[in-house]
Amino acid sequence: MLRLAPLLIIALLVIPVTAGLGMVLLPAFGYLPVLGSEQANLSAWQMLFAQPGLGRSVAVSFASGLASTALALLIVVLFLAASQGTWLDRSLRRLVSPLLAIPHAAVAFGFAFLIAPSGLMARFISPWLSGWESPPDALIVNDPWGLALTFGLVLKEAPFLLLMSLAALPQLQAEQRLRLARSLGYAPTLAWLKVVLPSLYPLIRLPVYAVIAYATSVVDMALILGPRLPPTLSVSILGWFNDPDITRRFMASAAAVLQLGVTLAALLSWWLLEQLSRRLSHRWLTNGDRQRGEALFTVTGRAGLTLASLAALAALVGLGLFSVAGFWRFPELLPQSFTFDHWQRSADMLAGPLVNTALIALLSTGLAAVLVVATLENEQRQQLHPTRSLWLLYLPLLVPQIAFLYGLVVAAERLGIRPQLALVVAGHLLFVLPYVYLSLAEAYRRLDPRWLYIAQSLGVSRRRAFWRVRLPLMIAPLLTAVAVGLAVSIGQYLPTQLLGAGRVSTVTTEAVALASGGNRRLIGVWALVQAGLPLVGFMAAVALPRWLGAPRRAPLNVQRQG
Amino acid sequence: MKPRSALATAVALALITLTAPAVAAPDPQEWESVLEAADGQTVYWNAWGGDARTNRYIAWVAAQMQESYGVRVEHVKLDDTSSAVARVLGEQQAGNDSEGSIDLIWINGENFAAMREQDLLFGPFAESLPNFALTYPEENPEVVTDFTLPTEGYESPWGKAQITFYYDSAQTDTPPQSIEALFAWAKEHPGQFSYPRIPDFTGSTFLKQALIELTDQDEALYAPVEDAAFEEITAPLWAYLDALHPHLWRSGRSFPESGPNLRTLMSDGELSLAFSFYPTDAAVAVMEYELPESVRSYVLEDGTLGNVHFVAIPYNSPHKAGAMALANFLLSPEAQAQKQSLSMWGDRSVLAIQQLEPSDQALFEQGESHPAALPADALSNTLAEPHPSWMNALQDAWLERYGVN
Repeated sequence: MLRLAPLLIIALLVIPVTAGLGMVLLPAFGYLPVLGSEQANLSAWQMLFAQPGLGRSVAVSFASGLASTALALLIVVLFLAASQGTWLDRSLRRLVSPLLAIPHAAVAFGFAFLIAPSGLMARFISPWLSGWESPPDALIVNDPWGLALTFGLVLKEAPFLLLMSLAALPQLQAEQRLRLARSLGYAPTLAWLKVVLPSLYPLIRLPVYAVIAYATSVVDMALILGPRLPPTLSVSILGWFNDPDITRRFMASAAAVLQLGVTLAALLSWWLLEQLSRRLSHRWLTNGDRQRGEALFTVTGRAGLTLASLAALAALVGLGLFSVAGFWRFPELLPQSFTFDHWQRSADMLAGPLVNTALIALLSTGLAAVLVVATLENEQRQQLHPTRSLWLLYLPLLVPQIAFLYGLVVAAERLGIRPQLALVVAGHLLFVLPYVYLSLAEAYRRLDPRWLYIAQSLGVSRRRAFWRVRLPLMIAPLLTAVAVGLAVSIGQYLPTQLLGAGRVSTVTTEAVALASGGNRRLIGVWALVQAGLPLVGFMAAVALPRWLGAPRRAPLNVQRQG
Repeated sequence: MKPRSALATAVALALITLTAPAVAAPDPQEWESVLEAADGQTVYWNAWGGDARTNRYIAWVAAQMQESYGVRVEHVKLDDTSSAVARVLGEQQAGNDSEGSIDLIWINGENFAAMREQDLLFGPFAESLPNFALTYPEENPEVVTDFTLPTEGYESPWGKAQITFYYDSAQTDTPPQSIEALFAWAKEHPGQFSYPRIPDFTGSTFLKQALIELTDQDEALYAPVEDAAFEEITAPLWAYLDALHPHLWRSGRSFPESGPNLRTLMSDGELSLAFSFYPTDAAVAVMEYELPESVRSYVLEDGTLGNVHFVAIPYNSPHKAGAMALANFLLSPEAQAQKQSLSMWGDRSVLAIQQLEPSDQALFEQGESHPAALPADALSNTLAEPHPSWMNALQDAWLERYGVN
């Protein structure tokens, strides 16, 4: 049974993605019999390339994806280098999970309100300092270069990369390495950058790739923060797929294929950058310089992540204020009056979506956790090395959602699978499973096998050893992985809406529908509910192991003894 | 039973189940049988879900339908109606002709035109609904015309909308009364007006409104676009927009994303003049703390574009009886009066209220008024929507000109 788990995982992830891509590729090349087109042709592509601003759309998608990833990675790496062991380190580590849990759209709304000319920051200095009685007419949000989008993405990507780094660090024996480097006279931050980072990066490479793929094709954040004349490629595609002029579906399909190309091109560029920086950094790593740049790296390292976290928190505070705001106009820093109307009126509508959200998140995460643990356990028992085929696990994260989900719906319809809760759960599994795997795999492999040898030498069967020894020792990382899975599931919009035909309403689909009405007070209510749900998951992940009396840091201690 | 005849029976049975539709479409002419079939059905009603008040009204309708007809109504909240069109098309593409996921769509204009063209709608049914007669279509042709296209019974009227401008009377006391005057006003108040980015529905409507006022060839707008004449007819519009854009919000380098986005910008104090397709929008926004008490609504001197919105049934809906029962209930005086009341939603009725029974007329008199709302009689000056092909042509031409800043 256990041996089937890896195959099952691959099949569950690869088949839907390929089927979806196939059903998009066909119309992209002119095959869509319902619309009376059965001849392969390139007219969709001609129409696509005639769209005004296509080049700019592509450029913004590509650039904001790469730039935000680079910036987020830089912030995280410098932070880890500069803050090890400080109180800042401990407090931001505690913040990282909650920040990861806040859905992208909620962060985008809050961030837009933070930086807009009529937003919180402008109000903070108006009118006493700026002299603005009415908001200045400045293009900050939705700027044509995609800067607002890039920074918005950084706010969400940095916590993710930090969590992935924190998960990978323990296996590097960073402390021993640092002690050695310090004894050779290296300043602390430089020491980390020179002896830990080169070994850490290969371990977080896949998450970085996933971030690039996500950032180049993101829809919700780009709608709120991205440029509008023209919008990013992903936003244009969404519009074309939904255009009442049905013949545009050909062009939309072609554009979805183009999006895949843009994402692949971004990944390739990143890979080239990796090669380049490996060569360039070689000299720096070995030049024996022990002090130069220490102060700069330390200051930027501490400031970068602090600023990013503060911005994300301020964004949430803004949303929170709006959810209880009466009339509130520029330049007042606080609403003129407060009211619970918005919460009260939303309360009636909350029950159904809350139940659906919880059900889908628990089912998809539960399934994902079982499959991932089975695969990892199989790997341990067969003493397999993590194989290259595991790359396939990341397929749903590397292929843009917008490129295959529309096709997947058609494929499911063709097989007679009607939209329903089960289909939505299966759709969420596509995205939950890779993240659960990403969060759990290293911790699982790191557990000292001697615990299990001892158990077996005492006459305990493998199966019993798994339940009695391995699982209790793994409870903390497992719960963190589950919490990540829940957060991923709760944030899904397109898969829920498309695979459920809109019938399966979750907190996120409701929030997005309401967002189209632009009532910021209601958006505040729903975004907070949306952000609060995964938070409950993360808090449970922290509290449960303590309550169960499990050794929270067991795997770490185990390793140190070894 | 011999094995062979057993096999034959099985094959025959299979054939019957394969060929017969799951539920035969009920005949709206026999209303009693429609209601009988509707009892116990669940109707998935796909309707834009961006407005909490609309959602609340639909929830009220759902409760009434359950109580009076035993029909369960599920509101599928859309962020964009055209995604429902795309879904029905996807189902047709996959050969799902009888078990569609949508039973009723809130629709009009180009979405209706697109669905009709692809034969994606069930009908004709609308004119057989018992309550349809209350709209008196002979005297009110707009209830059977959607963007110049005759509805031919493929959609049933639900409510009325009309472009309504609103402004903050504390900041401006002389809002522009025509598209021409709007230019002068914008020049005087730079950065305080804008319209949603095309292809947004509300933004496109602004283009049509401006075109109607600026061109002297109005008749051409009510027939399909002819490529040859398009440039000439629209030349005044582009000249106008070229001149207007530098004076708009963000100097025309960016546009708000949607109609509701205009209201948010008014609320932030970034704009001081805006418009909406819903005449009661501004009043409602004041009640919801979004706009200041000093906001007032008005329509342009020579009238503004107005249209009727409808509900339609996809051809592959498995619950057509329930959907028809719902469409009929939506046309009842009780439901229409609730909808029009400002405390519920504030969407205008499609019924010919003056011709209703006195007791039904009384239902409509209970709604309160609001200083920020438009007086009911101010809306009589309605311009008709151009042919839907103009929408696409204008959108494409706009994106060609202004789509890249």
